[in-house]
Amino acid sequence: MQTVEKKPFFDQLMNGTNFDADSLSALQKVTLRAVVMSFIFFGLVALEGMIMRMVQTGPANPLPEMFSHPDHYFSIMTVHPIVGIFGSTYQLVFAAFMFLVPYLTKKPLYSVKLANFVWLCITIGTALAWIAGFIWQYAPLYTLYWPLPADTEQFSIVGGFVFVVGVALIMVGTLGFIYNIYATIFARVGVHKNKTTKELLISGFGIDGLMNLIHKLTGKPPYSKEPALSLPVVAIFRGTVDTFLDAIVILGAGILVLVYLIADAGGLSWDVHAVDSLLYKNYFWWGLDLVADGLVLIYVAGSWYLLATIITGQKLFMENVARAALLLELFVSWMVWSHHLLADQPQPEMMKLVSGEMVTAFELLTQGLALFITLVTLWKARPLKMTPELAYLLGGLVGFGLAVPAGIIQADMGLNRVLHNTQWISFAHFHIALIVGLYMTLYSALYVLWPLVTNNTKLFSKKLTWAHFWLYLIGGVGMGAFAGMAGLDGMLRRHLYVDGEFGGLMILAAIFGSMVLIAWFLFLYNIVMSVGLKGLIGIFKPANNDIASYGIEEEPEPAPAAVKA
Amino acid sequence: MFQTSIELLKFHWMAYTIYALLIISVIAWFGYNLGRKEKARSWVRIPFYGYIAFLVAGGVGHHIFTYNAIPWVAEDIMRHDIKADREYDISIERHKWKLPEEQMVANMGEKVRFNVRSRDLTYGFGLFRKDGTMVMQMQVVPKHDNDILWTFHECGTFDLTSTEYAGPRQYEKHTGEDLMLVKDALVVHCNDKFASK
Ligand SMILES: [Cu+2]
Repeated sequence: MQTVEKKPFFDQLMNGTNFDADSLSALQKVTLRAVVMSFIFFGLVALEGMIMRMVQTGPANPLPEMFSHPDHYFSIMTVHPIVGIFGSTYQLVFAAFMFLVPYLTKKPLYSVKLANFVWLCITIGTALAWIAGFIWQYAPLYTLYWPLPADTEQFSIVGGFVFVVGVALIMVGTLGFIYNIYATIFARVGVHKNKTTKELLISGFGIDGLMNLIHKLTGKPPYSKEPALSLPVVAIFRGTVDTFLDAIVILGAGILVLVYLIADAGGLSWDVHAVDSLLYKNYFWWGLDLVADGLVLIYVAGSWYLLATIITGQKLFMENVARAALLLELFVSWMVWSHHLLADQPQPEMMKLVSGEMVTAFELLTQGLALFITLVTLWKARPLKMTPELAYLLGGLVGFGLAVPAGIIQADMGLNRVLHNTQWISFAHFHIALIVGLYMTLYSALYVLWPLVTNNTKLFSKKLTWAHFWLYLIGGVGMGAFAGMAGLDGMLRRHLYVDGEFGGLMILAAIFGSMVLIAWFLFLYNIVMSVGLKGLIGIFKPANNDIASYGIEEEPEPAPAAVKA
Repeated sequence: MFQTSIELLKFHWMAYTIYALLIISVIAWFGYNLGRKEKARSWVRIPFYGYIAFLVAGGVGHHIFTYNAIPWVAEDIMRHDIKADREYDISIERHKWKLPEEQMVANMGEKVRFNVRSRDLTYGFGLFRKDGTMVMQMQVVPKHDNDILWTFHECGTFDLTSTEYAGPRQYEKHTGEDLMLVKDALVVHCNDKFASK
């Protein structure tokens, strides 16, 4: 990543460094479109987060009074995770993987049209859900506790309708992504021309890794010397299984809510208690937990492996163990949801003990293993130059090193009694996991993929990149730490405090939170100045060449832009 | 080992803060040495199987530790076989508590059973100390029996509020005041016999 010679501000803003949108292939364009939308939503979610932080600091906050009104406050809290998790994170991850699978397998993406459909669906769906909160103040929070979403006494039917349609669109987009990924992985072209579907499936689930380990222990020759799928593709495949199940569950819950809302609009008032609340909660959390404990952990582990191998240019340490661990995580992630229901007394004690405590504790093992394998792979390649991508990868490791134990601690019947629904879980656990762990991993991937996706576009400023890194890391960890501490002092999540009850810690959390927001501005500025406004618009214009791969179609010149420059 | 939740939370704060500083410095040390040419001298070498054993011990061990150190865990699992000293039946409807009496009372050291039922939405039943820290809480799932057995190892006056979101109606429309907050919902009388324990 080199810095570029200075251009006049306006010229730089319009034209960027050496970015040429016309040189991009269809695959590159669709990837960048989703990336752009993802970062717009990231800004929105950071802004929403800051509004909520400010309200919690008490009456001295500079916001207009309406932000402290419960209707307003909770509608922001409802759309905050939708915009953050789906609008931003899903988009970014999907974009990266829709690019990576063709790149790693040297096969074309199954359908660029479908990929375009996906980012449009998720963008429009997120926007609809956001609008439902903004206009109708629909605010059941993302948990959709039965029968809250269909509670027409507190919420307008139209608002609920728009919200659910938005979420449904996101899920339809998600299913489109899954189809595209599977169709690409299982296409028997290029390197996979002679592979059977069975071989690809065995590899996809990590079974070959496990068999290799067993064969090694029993002294037999390796089960497979060359696995059909490379490790990052296995992680993508594996994570996508969870994405599928989770999309089905959320879509199902959405349809159920919709049926009640429509019935209500038609003058029928159905008894919401026809659906058992505890059963619904189990069903819903089983699916939603697959987002957190299934998909995030697996996608992240896969991304770490990929980044460590690309950054060091070497093979992954203990690859078979890594493959087998992904298989183990499959079973673990499907059986841990009950940790969300440890505070529900009608939930059977056995379910709490086995699913909530025991199986959940296994995540310490699977994620600890991924951390270890990544660190050793890096260590073996010493000395390494401290590039932004390496720094972000280490930041991602810090994030999960903090967040996973914080979650395991709460998945305990003793501690859950005093931690459930407090800010501890929101901040020490999942905000650190998302902001520091997941996003720093994604930023690392972004910087690694940047030259490939943009045809070697030079970044505007290296200084800004580092400023973003430090502000983001310190801001993310600091906000998580101080807001998490407030949880230990009894501060609840999903609760409105207007008198600054936990004011001291909330002010600290707000200061660190604003560092994350500033970091985002710096990042955005750096990127816009690199691609230029013209280039930004060019990304959304149709591509001149419809190449959708890095493999069997004739290889696009590695760096046409670099040649020009 | 722990008598009240406040002792547990203080211990937890310390233990986790130390852990957090440790893991941050380990990765920072690691990152610093990644770039250096000379061999890094680490003061501890962790073999792979030692590390795995440590993770397993951490995952299993902390449940065993909490089971033995936190008095309410075993009591919670066995609660249906334990005879309570006092019992309170509480119900909730339309964001309003229906308490058995103006102010519930208990003596320190007594086992109190709270049976809470919701007639409409999902709520939370949470008791708080005057400084805002949490004594304990549970979810209240509608149309189910939600019961919690609690031995009070501390005395004082405790507030009650819903710890789960059940829609914006829990709050006053403009001021944002928590309408489900019941000040001094429970008084636990001090008892020297138990205090000395
Ligand atoms: Cu979970």
